[in-house]
Amino acid sequence: MAGHAHHEESFISKYIFSHDHKMISKQFLVTAVFMGIIAVMLSVFFRLQLGWPGESFAILETFLGKWAPGGVLDRNAYLALVTIHGTIMVFFVLTGGLSGTFSNLLIPLQIGARDMASGFMNMLSYWFFAVSSVIMIFSLFVEGGAASGGWTVYPPLSALPQAMPGSGMGMTLWLISMTLFVVSSLLGGLNYIVTVINLRTKGMSMTRLPLTIWAFLITAVLGVLSFPVLVSAVVLLLMDRSMGTAFYLSDIFIGGEALDVTGGSPILYQHLFWFLGHPEVYIVLLPALGISSEVIATNSRKPIFGYKAMIGSILGIGFLSFIVWGHHMFVTGMNPFLGSVFVFTTLLIAIPSAVKAFNYITTLWQGNLRFTPAMLFSIGLVSTFVTGGLTGIILADSALDVNVHDTYFVVAHFHIVMGMSAIFGMLAGIYHWYPKMFGRMMNTKLGYAHFWVTLIAGYGVFFPMHFVGIAGAPRRYYEYSNFDFLDSVMDLQPIISTFAIIGAIGQLFFLFNFFYSIFYGQKAVQNPWKSNTLEWTTPVQHVHGNWDGPLPEVHRWAYDYSNPAHEDDFVPQTTPALAGEEIH
Amino acid sequence: MKLITLLVVIAGVIALAQLAKVGQLTSLIRNKREEDISAADTRLNGGLFVAFMVAFYASFIWLIIRYGDYNPPAASAHGETYDTLMNFNMYIIMAVFFLVNTVLFLFANKYRQEAGRKAKFFAHDNRLELIWTVIPSIVLAVIIIYGLRTWNEMTGEASEDALRVELYSKQFDWTARYPGADGEFGLANYNLITPTNPLGIVTADGVSGALEEIEGQIAALESELAHERGTLLAQIEEVEAELHASHDHGHGHSHDDHGHDDHADHGDHGHDDHGMSAERKAMLEARLHELEHMLEGPDVVVLSTAAAEAKADKIHRLKRHRQRIMEVKPFDYEGGVAAWEAGADDKIMKGEFHLPVGREVEFVFRSRDVIHSAYMPHFRAQMNTVPGVPTRFKMTPTITTDSMRTVLDDPDFDYVLLCNKVCGAAHFNMQMKVVVESEESYNAWLESQEEFLADKEVATESDARAEAINIENNESATL
Ligand code: HEM
Ligand SMILES: [Cu+2]
Ligand SMILES: [Cu+2]
Repeated sequence: MAGHAHHEESFISKYIFSHDHKMISKQFLVTAVFMGIIAVMLSVFFRLQLGWPGESFAILETFLGKWAPGGVLDRNAYLALVTIHGTIMVFFVLTGGLSGTFSNLLIPLQIGARDMASGFMNMLSYWFFAVSSVIMIFSLFVEGGAASGGWTVYPPLSALPQAMPGSGMGMTLWLISMTLFVVSSLLGGLNYIVTVINLRTKGMSMTRLPLTIWAFLITAVLGVLSFPVLVSAVVLLLMDRSMGTAFYLSDIFIGGEALDVTGGSPILYQHLFWFLGHPEVYIVLLPALGISSEVIATNSRKPIFGYKAMIGSILGIGFLSFIVWGHHMFVTGMNPFLGSVFVFTTLLIAIPSAVKAFNYITTLWQGNLRFTPAMLFSIGLVSTFVTGGLTGIILADSALDVNVHDTYFVVAHFHIVMGMSAIFGMLAGIYHWYPKMFGRMMNTKLGYAHFWVTLIAGYGVFFPMHFVGIAGAPRRYYEYSNFDFLDSVMDLQPIISTFAIIGAIGQLFFLFNFFYSIFYGQKAVQNPWKSNTLEWTTPVQHVHGNWDGPLPEVHRWAYDYSNPAHEDDFVPQTTPALAGEEIH
Repeated sequence: MKLITLLVVIAGVIALAQLAKVGQLTSLIRNKREEDISAADTRLNGGLFVAFMVAFYASFIWLIIRYGDYNPPAASAHGETYDTLMNFNMYIIMAVFFLVNTVLFLFANKYRQEAGRKAKFFAHDNRLELIWTVIPSIVLAVIIIYGLRTWNEMTGEASEDALRVELYSKQFDWTARYPGADGEFGLANYNLITPTNPLGIVTADGVSGALEEIEGQIAALESELAHERGTLLAQIEEVEAELHASHDHGHGHSHDDHGHDDHADHGDHGHDDHGMSAERKAMLEARLHELEHMLEGPDVVVLSTAAAEAKADKIHRLKRHRQRIMEVKPFDYEGGVAAWEAGADDKIMKGEFHLPVGREVEFVFRSRDVIHSAYMPHFRAQMNTVPGVPTRFKMTPTITTDSMRTVLDDPDFDYVLLCNKVCGAAHFNMQMKVVVESEESYNAWLESQEEFLADKEVATESDARAEAINIENNESATL
């Protein structure tokens, strides 16, 4: 793969069907940004309905047409928007987008490889992702609307077209899109694993890997082990929908007819789904944590505290994430003893998570913190990771989950961890590696504005939701006016929606900065953040094969910041040991 | 409106572009690079972290004061335990929340960049790491043990003399069923659901009612298909063709006497029969007449091929359904024929159901179509209702509706049962009123409710047995 740095490439092979990991990473990023814009817009649409139920908004009619007759969102459309919002955010932005962008960009660059193990598979991975994105968006426009049963698409609701309009064509497309998405994830994941295991440059032992790479590696392993289970769940669901099987169906009477189904179990689907679903939340979170480890260490000018413990906790979280899925099913009628087991395993995960949080904070301690926008987002990530993680303790406690399951308390919890923490990690990554991706800098001041609006609006939206949930407000409700006992918390709804609108508008700071800087940003220098890792030893102008000359050789770990033995406050991994220096 | 939105967006983008340009120009003049963070910016962001923290905590406290005591109080026995556990956990996580966030934001400000300072090289410390592995473990152990104790209490077996109530969900309402005087729920089977038997309760009447209903549907569909214009025309043509053919039959016969044995369509008229018997001819003519009459009649319909196929398919499904009903056999159930009687006195309620205060009640949940979730937040109770898989939850209401009204000073207060698993368009309004009252009023209320079969003649045991045998006889050979 080495050596062919200078030959001419056609537009198509360079920008469209590129095999180069750096270009593929940009393709993932730009696609994810577009998907993110759509998902945020959908959330604003349904937040309008939730904040001011029944009121007419011209903007809804403009964008949604017959789904918002007279400017009031239709109830079926409401569920479709919520479902597609969640699906896009979890899978397309935070799985495809986050891993696809940063695993692709950083794995070869930080381990000192010319490219991914298989450039072709990598290209396929992107194109499966692109096609599945298009199908998912397209499904919003079909007869009956998009899938509407929530992003978890539980059968029988999702299996029976007669149960709701969204369970018709829209649901079929959802399932097809997700299947393609899984293919993309598997192609990507296998590639990441093989690359990290086999293509590390000389001296790059596993214990010298940056934590980003550790996080991406374990993420890929989780994906490879869990996504196939989702495929089986999806395939069985497709068969129940169109071939008359009854894996998930039993004793159902609907639309005036007793269906010819017996012996299936809707709960089986939930086991399969959450066997992926829970690892999935760590697939979303671990890369964000890896990114912020790197960003925090670099910008604190300190070694990440407890490097080995950080690896240990990534491994621990990765392992445990496979044996906790039942915490999503405490009120499905599962055997209470089984429930107890899941309580135990779930709360165990809190331990490695706590270790991570404390280690981040200790890294800040006595640092010399440089407030780049990436650093601000990483600090925000630590705060939201702690805030959101703590409410997980309540939800993991089966007895307590009984009364808050499926309420806004859950919505608050997972948005603070995924919608804030993981998104913050992704944004931190974008600000931090933008110079590496585009050869230009993003504007710092706009970055500040973006961070502060996002932090304030994010907490403004999701923090009050805890109170709405504890008062007993179920999620996926089109409106709440039918329940007097909820009146007391309903005056929070317009506040939440206002913050949501502010937060959405605040993203313009980012979007503008992102696209403007691609063309007009300040030209980047080779190592703007004075970082230790290998990607900053490559030329600013991308070359095929990453390094012009031979591959760099690694002599130390990635975190020798402010090492007293050295004059500079950073020591790139390529720096050989000083005489008598004992190095990691 | 559209225009304004567009203008605002354009103006915003232009403003941002100008800002960015100005920023870049000034930094160019000062030779400032984006990655060099000025002391002023460092101070600003450090300060903002502290300011944010203060504002965040202030709003949190405001939220707690304004919305914090998630009244009304728990109205069930385990609900009080639940609230205690919730508060215990809340205190712990709030303490950690304040502690960690405070340390984080203060550190962020305190250790902000200063020119000339070098950060402390501090890569690990086993003692510290041990501390924050062990302390969370201990706290979590306490949380787990306490939590599981409550969990076991909540999910344990209901006592023998608990009241049993079935809650049945469907898009988009709830039905409650009480077992009636015999204390036993009648069996239920989804195949028996009809407008008059919404829960599909198995009784001899239920079975014959459902069969009747299905026969009716099949007959209606078959008649509709029989009156399809195209079908009628085709049949007429066929009959006419046959009548016609009989006139020149002899002629045709002489041509094909070699190995031609297709006289099967002439049925029992035999091989040597020349022409058609008068009998057969009269029948065909009558048939022709009948068909023509139908064609002129008011019932004639025109169906597309697809529609006709759909109806034929529906007939097929209805016949399968009829088959399944006939497979409902009393002897497959414990209790045999007697069990078929149990449903007759069940009581079925829509809109609201009542519970006696202080008495344990075990809910049995069933669902007709999709998954729903029976959620009663005032009782801290929730359980999914799953088609095909009955679920259970037990609780003891402790506060009557009336006392709760007094406590809350709200004469209109009512307990509710809501649906908490998305189930379709009207999910957000799938509710039922719950009334908790004294044992006496409860008994009086229950007494006043009609029995399931009250308006019909209660089938006698022998009737049921006869019916059962009848069904046995209709059983397919697979038995
Ligand atoms: C602009 C910011 C956002 C707002 C205002 C917002 C708001 C909401 C609301 C109100 C719901 C509906 C809750 C319900 O009824 O169940 C929801 C659902 C959801 N959101 Fe967001 N959200 C935002 C960003 C995100 C992000 C960044 C993620 C990434 C993980 C995310 C993931 C989800 C998921 C998974 C659901 C569940 C969908 C379902 O019920 O099927 N959201 N969001
Ligand atoms: Cu989970
Ligand atoms: Cu529902």
